[in-house]
Amino acid sequence: MITISKLIKAFGRRPVLRGIDLEVPAGQSVALFGPNGAGKTTLIRIIAGLSKLSSGQVLLGGQDAQKAGPALRRYIGFVSHSPLIYDSLTAEENLHFFGRMYETPDLPERINQVLEQVGLAGRRKDVVRTFSRGMIQRLAIGRAILHNPPILLLDEPDTGLDQQAADMLRKLLVELGSGDRTVLLTTHNLERGIEWADRALILNGGRVRFDAATGDLGGGHFRRIYTETVGGV
Amino acid sequence: MSYLRKVLAIVWKDVRAELRTKDILSSMLVFAGLSVLIFQFAFDLRADNVRLVLPGVLWIAITFAGVLGLNRSFILEQDRGSLEGLLLAPVDRSAIYFGKLIGNLLFIFAVELLLLPLMTVLFNVWLLSPALLLVVALGTVGYAAVGTLFAALSINTRAREVMLPILLFPVMVPVFVAGVQAVSRLLDGDSLADIVRWIQLLVAYDAIFLAAAMLLFDYVVEE
Amino acid sequence: MVTSKRTRGESKLWPLLLGVTAVLVAVGVYLAVLWAPTAVNLPTEAEQMAQRIFYFHVAAGWVGYVAFGVTAGAGILYLLKRQRRWDHVAVSSAEIGVLFTAANLVSGAVWARPTWGTWWSWDDPRLTLAAIVLLVYIAYLMLRNAIDEPERRARLASIYGIVGFLSVPLSFISVRIWRTIHPAVIGTGSETSQGGFDMSGDMVVVLLYAIFTFSLLYVVLLHYRLRLENLREQVDDLKTRALIEG
Repeated sequence: MITISKLIKAFGRRPVLRGIDLEVPAGQSVALFGPNGAGKTTLIRIIAGLSKLSSGQVLLGGQDAQKAGPALRRYIGFVSHSPLIYDSLTAEENLHFFGRMYETPDLPERINQVLEQVGLAGRRKDVVRTFSRGMIQRLAIGRAILHNPPILLLDEPDTGLDQQAADMLRKLLVELGSGDRTVLLTTHNLERGIEWADRALILNGGRVRFDAATGDLGGGHFRRIYTETVGGV
Repeated sequence: MSYLRKVLAIVWKDVRAELRTKDILSSMLVFAGLSVLIFQFAFDLRADNVRLVLPGVLWIAITFAGVLGLNRSFILEQDRGSLEGLLLAPVDRSAIYFGKLIGNLLFIFAVELLLLPLMTVLFNVWLLSPALLLVVALGTVGYAAVGTLFAALSINTRAREVMLPILLFPVMVPVFVAGVQAVSRLLDGDSLADIVRWIQLLVAYDAIFLAAAMLLFDYVVEE
Repeated sequence: MVTSKRTRGESKLWPLLLGVTAVLVAVGVYLAVLWAPTAVNLPTEAEQMAQRIFYFHVAAGWVGYVAFGVTAGAGILYLLKRQRRWDHVAVSSAEIGVLFTAANLVSGAVWARPTWGTWWSWDDPRLTLAAIVLLVYIAYLMLRNAIDEPERRARLASIYGIVGFLSVPLSFISVRIWRTIHPAVIGTGSETSQGGFDMSGDMVVVLLYAIFTFSLLYVVLLHYRLRLENLREQVDDLKTRALIEG
């Protein structure tokens, strides 16, 4: 689903990604780890089409993401650091607006479905300004999955959430990750990330330093690997 | 057609949010009213000089209030990162430009529709003739066309909202000169046919900068 | 344009050109002040002397507009090709343009004092235009100053450079329709113009000479300003590398 080859990104002459090769098949859930400044967010933003790459190639479903027209952006659902929703609109109005931007079929139906899924059906008529951090995050996820994208990108979706909200997020992610959907998420929480994903990647200094299935990374094992890879936490 | 529907979706979203908060309209309106008041004190507008000064007062009130609205419309997008939400959508970036432009135009027009009767009453000069409304509308389109582009540009700078008037006003000179002169001539009793050169200039300005902004907006929002 | 490596190879050419330009400017001063004939139809001696500023005034104005055109052109090239050297050309040319436009305004004011009896006249479209254009490019430089990230600065400044330059002819038309008393020396003059004079053949020669010399001066200044920009970038790169390598 996602094929990245020889990806390099530099801001000015400061390299952030120094040659990434990565193949993520359809249906896989990948957790991306790494210290701040490792290039996680940059990588995700390039896949989402929000940043230009300096050289290399990103293919989404076989199409070159940098060259394809805006239609390819329908492949992507993106949960960013900022919620990308409007404070002065209600939950329903937000989804209605983005649904129109994505030309989602049967929109009212789909909005009901998504609001159920993220547990906001009861607050649909409320203005987002009155929402808690966790509710905003759930609406942001609702916005990202509204058009049923085959690829879901989540950049630190668990940051700033309390335990209860994080549990809800975990359940939601398991639901979303089932089937053919490809999920790529970044997080600082090693245990949670391992639990969520099929595959773990560690990014450091703009390169992929570690890549393995999460099945045999249980317990403190992965924490040791992480510490060795990035050199101290 | 789907392009147009998305443009209208953006307009709907901005209007919807504005009708709820009234942030932009109220600040623009109060500011426009205040500038008229200040000019009243500065120039002591009276029957013998009001026709001389009023066109300038009108355009200054529109221009200054417009800056508030233009700034606000993009700062609201940026604070929650929602501009990125727009950029993620499967639509040509120019649709975002036109959506924001039409929203901004509606807000400025709304302020003008209140400002013109208000000034008519306060200064006893009829400012609601069709010819005058045409001049104001043409000037406003050019102003908002460049203003929307520069507002998107200035939120990417360190100074943010301070930058917009500095960038915008020198480029706005043709609209301002044509707008003030055309309104003056109309108040002096000239007909639309007498000010055709100013109308032509305004139309040319609108066309040139709409086209330029449409082409350049892509480069403003990319990273 | 010229990279620093190539500069070393051409190191003899540019100092030579700089020297030639210096001599040409000195000769230009002689031509304008002493050699050029006195404008016979001007009434007072003060006006006749002030008229000699005209050669520098026009040449500086000319270079200003050319420089801003180069800034806009380089902006288009930057947006298309994304090579930083085009942004260097744009900013270098804009700075020189601001300098020459300011010179044009100051020389205009010095001329206007004895001729019109005032330093500044808003009735004059070209003077007004020069002031507007100066503000556009001061805004351009302020915009650059307010963006730290080089790529973003180059991209947004290119956009402003293009839009700003597009506004110049429209601003000119607007102030032209509005007021006209500037002495239109070449082409149709307005009957209300004050201080107009007829150009004799020798005056045309001196004017063309001044325009040529100032254009050459522009090229030389642009070269050295570009070299400065390239060196500045190299220093930045070295600093960044030192930071990364710790």
